[in-house]
This record gives sequence, C-alpha cells and structure tokens, in this order.
Amino acid sequence: MLRYIFRRVLIMIPTLLITSALIFTIIELPPGDYFESYVAELQAQGEKVDEERLNFLREEYGFDKPPVERYFQWLGGWFVGDFGYSFAYELPVADVVGDRLFLTILVSFVTIIFTWLIAFPIGIYSATHQYSWGDYSLTFVGLLGLATPNFLLALLMMYFANRWFGTSIGHLMAPEFLDQPMSWAKLRSIFEHLWIPVIVIGTSGTAGMIRRLRANLLDELQKQYVTTARAKGLHPFKALMKYPLRMSLNFFIADIGSVLPQIISGAEVVAIVLSLETTGPLLINALQSQDMYLAGSFLMFLAILTVIGVLISDIALAFLDPRIRLSGGSTK
Amino acid sequence: MSELTPPAAKALPHFVNTAPFDPRTIEALTPAQERIYLASQWQLMWWKFKRHKVAVWCGVFLGFLFFVAIFAEFLAPYKLDSRHIESIYHPPQGIHFFHEGSFRGPFVYGSDYKLNMDNLKREYTLNPQKVHPLRFFCTAEPYEMWGFIAGSTHLFCAPEGETVFLLGTDRLGRDMLSRIIFGARVSLTIGLVGVAISFTLGIIIGGLAGYYGGWVDMIVQRVIEVIQSIPSIPLWLALAAIMPVTWSPLVVYFAITVILGLLDWTGLARAVRSKLLALREEDYVLAAQLMGASTSRIIGRHLIPGFISHLIATATISIPTMILGETALSFLGLGLRPPVTSWGVLLTEAQNINVVALYPWLMLPVVPVILVILAYNFLGDGLRDAADPYK
Repeated sequence: MLRYIFRRVLIMIPTLLITSALIFTIIELPPGDYFESYVAELQAQGEKVDEERLNFLREEYGFDKPPVERYFQWLGGWFVGDFGYSFAYELPVADVVGDRLFLTILVSFVTIIFTWLIAFPIGIYSATHQYSWGDYSLTFVGLLGLATPNFLLALLMMYFANRWFGTSIGHLMAPEFLDQPMSWAKLRSIFEHLWIPVIVIGTSGTAGMIRRLRANLLDELQKQYVTTARAKGLHPFKALMKYPLRMSLNFFIADIGSVLPQIISGAEVVAIVLSLETTGPLLINALQSQDMYLAGSFLMFLAILTVIGVLISDIALAFLDPRIRLSGGSTK
Repeated sequence: MSELTPPAAKALPHFVNTAPFDPRTIEALTPAQERIYLASQWQLMWWKFKRHKVAVWCGVFLGFLFFVAIFAEFLAPYKLDSRHIESIYHPPQGIHFFHEGSFRGPFVYGSDYKLNMDNLKREYTLNPQKVHPLRFFCTAEPYEMWGFIAGSTHLFCAPEGETVFLLGTDRLGRDMLSRIIFGARVSLTIGLVGVAISFTLGIIIGGLAGYYGGWVDMIVQRVIEVIQSIPSIPLWLALAAIMPVTWSPLVVYFAITVILGLLDWTGLARAVRSKLLALREEDYVLAAQLMGASTSRIIGRHLIPGFISHLIATATISIPTMILGETALSFLGLGLRPPVTSWGVLLTEAQNINVVALYPWLMLPVVPVILVILAYNFLGDGLRDAADPYK
C-alpha cells in the first residue's frame, strides 16, 4: 500500500511540471506585460508615470530577462513559498490568494458532498427501477440540470433567495462581514449563503454522476451472482446492498477524479456571477490586466487542488479495491 | 430383454431416402431474415437507431433548428439590428385566435405605452381593442439572404405600420425572436466547428498513440492526463482573456472555436487509442503491413472505419459541452462580441439581477440553449446504442 501511495505521489511531479509549463506559456502568450497596460491606463487618465518605480519593478521581477528564465524563477519560488508578486494589489500573491483559496476549497468540498447525497439514492433508484416512470423523470430532471447554463441558474436562485428568504444578494456572506476576521457569526453567515452556489454548481455534476452510477449498477445487477443470490431467496434489498452496491461504490470514489475539475470549473463561473469571495472574479481581473504572477499562481493553485483531489480519490480507491494497488502499472 | 434386441448377425435394413436433398433447405432464411443478414453495417445501425424514438425525434428537432438557422432572414420577422425606439423593453405579445368569441385567425393585441413618472419605468398595457392580425408570406424589411440574395418576403409580419414582438424587445428595442433566430446560426455552428477540430486532433493524436504504442503512447497519455486534470473553464477564461481586443469579431469567433476544440480532444483521443490498441493486433493489419501499406493508410483505411460510428457518437455527446462553454464565455464578456450574435451574447443582456425582476423575457435565449443540449444528449445516446448494432 505504502509503495502504491509513493508511486502515485511520484507520478504527480511530472504532471504538475507539465501543468506549470502549460500555464506559464498561456500567461506569457499575449503581447506586452502588466506594466505596459498600466502605463497606457495612467496616460489615458492624464496622470504622470513614475518611470523609475516601473523600471525598478521590471528589473525586480525579471521582466528584462527571457521568459524561460522567468519561468524557472517562478517555479523555483514555489519551493520556498514565494508565489510571485501581484502588481495590481501590490501584495505578494500568497496574501491575495490565501483566504479565497480556503473558500474555494470549502465550496468545492460541500458541493461534492451535496452531489453524492443527491446522486446516490437517485442512481440506485434509477438502476433498480430501470425504464419505470420514476427512472425516466429523474433522469430527465438530472439532464435538465446538466443543460441549464450555470450562470443563469445562479442568477435566478440569487433573485428568488432574496425574494423568499431575504438572503443578501451576491457574496458568500452578509455584507457586514466582508472585511472582518473569521468569527462564529461570520461562519454562520457563510453557511447561510453557501447553499446557492453549492446547488448551482452541483446540478451539472449530479446529472453525470447519476447516469454513470446507474449504468455501473445495471451492469453489476445483470451478473450471475445477483441471480444466484435472488434464487437462494435472499431479500432483494440485501441482494442489492451486499455486493452490487459495494462494487459500484468503487467507481463512485474513482469518479471524484473526473468530477472535481468540473466542480472547480463551475465554481469559477458561478463565483463571477454571484461575486463570491472565491477565486473566480479575481482570476478574471488578473488575466485581463495581465497581472501574470497572480493569474499564473492562481491557475496553478487550482490545478494542484484538482491533482490532490484526484490523488485522494485514487488512494481511497486503492484501499477499497486491492486489485488496483496490486496491478503493477500506473496506467489504467 | 433379449428378444427385444435384434439378433446380432442380422443387420438392420439400411434406409435411404430417395427424395432429392438440398442441404440449404434446412437453414433456409425467410426473406425478412435474409434482409437482416445481408444488410450492411450502416443499414443495421440505421435500423437500430430508428428504434430509439426519442433520439429520432431529437434528430428531427435539431434538423429543424438548422433549417431555421439557414433561412433565418426569411423566418425572422425583423432584421438582426432593426431598432424600434418607440417600443423599448416591450413585453412579449401572445398569439390569439379568438376575439370576443369570434374567430379572427392568428393575431396579437396591440399595446399602449405609458412612462411611469414615479420610477421612470416603461409600462406597456395590452389594449384589447387593437386587434393586429398577422400577415403571412408578406413583404416587409428588405434583406439579403446569405449576403447575396436580395428579398423582402418574411414568413409572418405585423399589419402595415404596426409591430409584433412575440418574445418582446431588449433595451434598444430590438425584437428578441429575430435575434434568437439569427443567434442560432452562431450557436449551432460553433459546436460543430469545435467538434470538427477536436475530432481531427483526437483521431490524429489518439491514432498515433494507439498505433505506435511505446514512448509515443506514454507521452500522449501524460499530456492527456494533464489537460484533463486542469479545470477547463479557468483555462478557457485564460485563453479567451489573452485574445487581443483588436481582433475582429469574426476572427474572435474562430479563435473561440479553436479554444473549445483544443481542450476537448482528450476524451476522443483516449477512445481512439484504446480501440486501436485492441485492433492493431488483428490479422488483417498484419496482412496490410506485409503488403507494404503505409502507417497512415493502415490507420486511416483499415482501422478507423472499424470504429468510426463510436467516434461519431462520442463527438455528438461532446457538442453540448462546447455550446455551454461558448455561452458561458460570451456571458462573461470573454467570448463573442457584438455584432456577432449568439445565444450567449444575447444572454449577456440578462446579466443583471434587474432583468430577472423587471424584464424576464430577456432570459428567453436560454430556452433554445437547454433544448439543443437536451436534444444532442438524447441523439448521442441513440447513436451510441446504434453504433453497436450486433448487441
């Protein structure tokens, strides 16, 4: 087991390296840099540009060096906890990102739990009552969730939550808590607002999960050992719970790997619409103003979050299913 | 016991049937069976697909939408950018058939406009006295079909001097129905073009990985894993945000399709790879190799046709993701820009919470989005079942 975990962690390293190179390339692609757009903006407003300070910053952050060198500088910083400097906020990236990253993790985590709670019973019901009206209508509702654009659902739910429950519009907490340190009242306020993004983000993932769980369980239910169990007179409920469900549970854990990127993706768009204090709005601003270290480190954080999530799901899967850790290769 | 068995020395009489014997009569097929056994694979797939009624209807529905998109100029009552400044934020007008108990054909009620001086809200009230019967195949605003066929005939329009807004108007007084119809052009094609790009990439990259195996396969596998592990929307955002503002809307359109396609090929490449890994061991591949066929010929001519139907089904299922992706990008202002009009661009108007409260009809473009995505999903399901007709 330990060896499996070790090998699995080792595979993460090249993955993250390629990811970082990819992200850095994308951030580098547009012509010009933050300072150019900053100077243009200042001049448009008729203000004077502090050339000396700009040149100092440029040199300080290596914008006079070739991109490859800067990439390694940026990458090297990661190992000592230096993620670069945000020009727009004039703060180290870690200070800008910290709190928001925590909220992103919170939203994603609650969303996954929510997705499970919804998808699990519905998937079981759909599989055991295949081609019944219940199956059709639940599948349809799931598909509807998949087909509705997240941002519109977010907008509608925000409006109706405000109409019916008086929840304040936008943000992940009531406005009075925005700049306050974490406290119990703030945490409560966060949880009061959390359900809207969770439902909105969860809907798209849920539909996919229901369909996959249904398909997997159906495959399992057609196998002969289920027929044998039934023929022996085992109670249908037990014949379902004891083995077929456990078999499809494996896949459930494995599914986190594919659901997690989707959830973090969805979280970004919804966060922008609801102006949540997560990563979305910040990311877009950083990308548009070419605040490259902020944007790059941000994308990198999201990627690391996903990779770690997938790692956890893989390890959990290896615990559940010995065949996985015993098979030598790392590829599926 | 012993008297029942024949005496050992006496052999049984040997029976020979003199009737002519045709061995094929035993396994004779009825004409219906023969049709099935002789049918080509594509024919079998078609039969199997036809049995999936929902998928067939979704296919018909999508076909209808493409028809609408092609003949948008004729079907839309107004042009894309025709403004009606006297009816800004006009609510939708319903079609009626009976006026005060008598049949009048399809018509709409006109409305009276009043500016509410308290909150400066434009208020339109239906006036049941104004009956505006719709005209069909009528002459109205001139247009140029596909940019070169001049015409002025529309499917339906309001009576002379009146207006009809079945789905209301937006903040500039533009007819929503016409805009949705024109938006279908971009929204429907962007998925197809994007899928074409990801299809090409998926087949080429997956094909090479699957056929060569070894280190090529290894690298491709890693790259696919990396791309799949990055959350796609932030990456789309990043790619869309770096597009220079100076690009013309048309270039932006193609750039968006390329972005959508660039990140979507991984699933397809995986499918191609795993199929190829299995198929390349077949004898007919060895035969082709021995006869000196080139790699690209073996992949393209012998291997791909073996599972192209699966690929088409997979591609169909990935179209909805593209349409949703475009909608989300445009909604956030990072995708297409006016004057290019897609459903996502139309929905940017509905970005504001005021719209939900005051002008909910501006959210109507979401209806075709949902319908198209559902239709593609069901169609894809049907195609996937049909792709394996022997099952």
